Amino acid sequence: MNKPENDLLNSEICVINVGLQQFAESLAEQSVEVAHVNWEPPAELDPELEQILEELL
Amino acid sequence: MKSRITVRPREYHDSVRLMQVSAQVRRLDGVEEAILMMATDTNKKLLATAGLSSMEVQEAARDDLVIGIIARNADGAENAMTRAVDLLRSRTPDLRAVQQMSLGAAVAAMPDATLALISIPGEYAVEETRKALRAGLNVMLFSDNVSLDDEIRLKQLAEQRGLLLMGPDCGTAIIGGNGLGFANEVRSGTVGIVGASGTGIQEIAVQLHLHGLGISHALGTGGRDLSASVGGLTMLRGIDMLAADPDTDAIVLTSKPPDREVAACIIERASACGKPVVVNFLGGDSGAATRAGLVAAHTLSGAAKRTVRLLRPNGRTAPDSAWSDSELRHRVNDVAGLLSPKQVYLRGLFTGGTLCHEAMHVLHDYIGPVYSNIASQSGYHLGDCSRSCEHTLIDMGDDLFTRGRPHPMIDPELRNRRLLQEAGEPDVAVLLLDLVLGYGSHKDPAAGLAETVRDARTRAAQDGRYLVVISSVCGTEQDPQGLARQKRLLADEGVVLAASNAEASRLAGMIIRTAAGRTVEGTSR
Repeated sequence: MNKPENDLLNSEICVINVGLQQFAESLAEQSVEVAHVNWEPPAELDPELEQILEELL
Repeated sequence: MKSRITVRPREYHDSVRLMQVSAQVRRLDGVEEAILMMATDTNKKLLATAGLSSMEVQEAARDDLVIGIIARNADGAENAMTRAVDLLRSRTPDLRAVQQMSLGAAVAAMPDATLALISIPGEYAVEETRKALRAGLNVMLFSDNVSLDDEIRLKQLAEQRGLLLMGPDCGTAIIGGNGLGFANEVRSGTVGIVGASGTGIQEIAVQLHLHGLGISHALGTGGRDLSASVGGLTMLRGIDMLAADPDTDAIVLTSKPPDREVAACIIERASACGKPVVVNFLGGDSGAATRAGLVAAHTLSGAAKRTVRLLRPNGRTAPDSAWSDSELRHRVNDVAGLLSPKQVYLRGLFTGGTLCHEAMHVLHDYIGPVYSNIASQSGYHLGDCSRSCEHTLIDMGDDLFTRGRPHPMIDPELRNRRLLQEAGEPDVAVLLLDLVLGYGSHKDPAAGLAETVRDARTRAAQDGRYLVVISSVCGTEQDPQGLARQKRLLADEGVVLAASNAEASRLAGMIIRTAAGRTVEGTSR
């Protein structure tokens, strides 16, 4: 059996919510530490420009 | 009537927020209809059905916002449009979370973050998930409409990094007593769940709670995890994590029918994990689990019951059913006697995909195969999901119904509309429903459902028909909606309430079988 190194289940949960704001509200209601990302669809870039950005980042 | 349609290019709002603003604008005096939606193909069709289409809407892109208003007069339409835009502009002051502009900024501001919960449209969710995994975060990927290839690549990336990726299409998780996505407020305890199905996890967790047990953690995998292509990567990792977790004494595994080889692999891992394991693979082969020394269960509530017996071999448990056998027989006969000879069909409308699957399996023993949009049996897959055929069960949370609009557990409107449609069919005898409470779900789902049932039964009565409506309610008294109140609203409209989805399905099957027997007997005379 693989020994999991992941300590998600043994530590205080702390969440970054990307998407439905309602889910961040539900977590806050349960006193979970949560950050909500005001996500928006990325602008559709010129493929050449996108390639340059991809390489830069 | 005056209609006004505005397309706002590249203005994004999440589907729940748009649903909430639509409802607020619809309540304004003189407004007949208000629809705010992103311009996806499905939504364009919905707008057209509501009489809110235009060339501009047809040409709009999926990241454009459409606001459509129908009002009694031009002033009303104009006012409603202004109000809609104002409401969208106003930031919600009640959000008690730190707000960030991007995942990267959030990671920088919150270095202790352990998990990202991602629920943006599927086509964008893959990239955000990749970013989150690369930043060392476990991920719950709620979004659906993610390709199988992307799922495999993301799960392999998670494996390489020792992270847990729950999803895509993972509706439910509970970590250390905290519900993520759709989750009920259940007691903390020693049972761990790994489920390839959101409402499957919810039903088991709620049934365990009702029997007096509690949950350590519940991990979702997404519905395709146990397919041959994905190979159960998340379920295997989940089993390992729960096996190593000191707070977990027993493990429950649940899934829709898995691939045979993947099931064997899961069973092998589970039997070596060192803790008692209950396996509920709906419609799967239970023999393999039993031979491996695991406990097999055929239904979700059955899985809960068997877990209780494992952990409390001499203890008392809550009764399985709301009724004794004789009460059930009387109830079935009484209700079947109210149906006309033409009423022979069952229609099931589910907000929970796994509850729909479970109903299909339970009903098979009573009325044979049924048509469904999620049927795997050849010949029973519903081609056109807008029309039912003979006995039909519809999973209203299927990808088909959720592109660009909230899941039906958040926005029950499509289910309510479909309920009226089914109730109008003269050969329909029984409507089988689910109602799922908890965090993430609609704040008062029984209110709208009760109103719809009242309309449906009134219309049926006008045609001289009695309509049987059966539902289970998956929830606890501690859920934000409150179980007792939700049940009372449905019971007041004559909805027959069962103790579990399996029991609701059994009751529906018995009524249909009894009614069919009576019809056959009647026509043979």
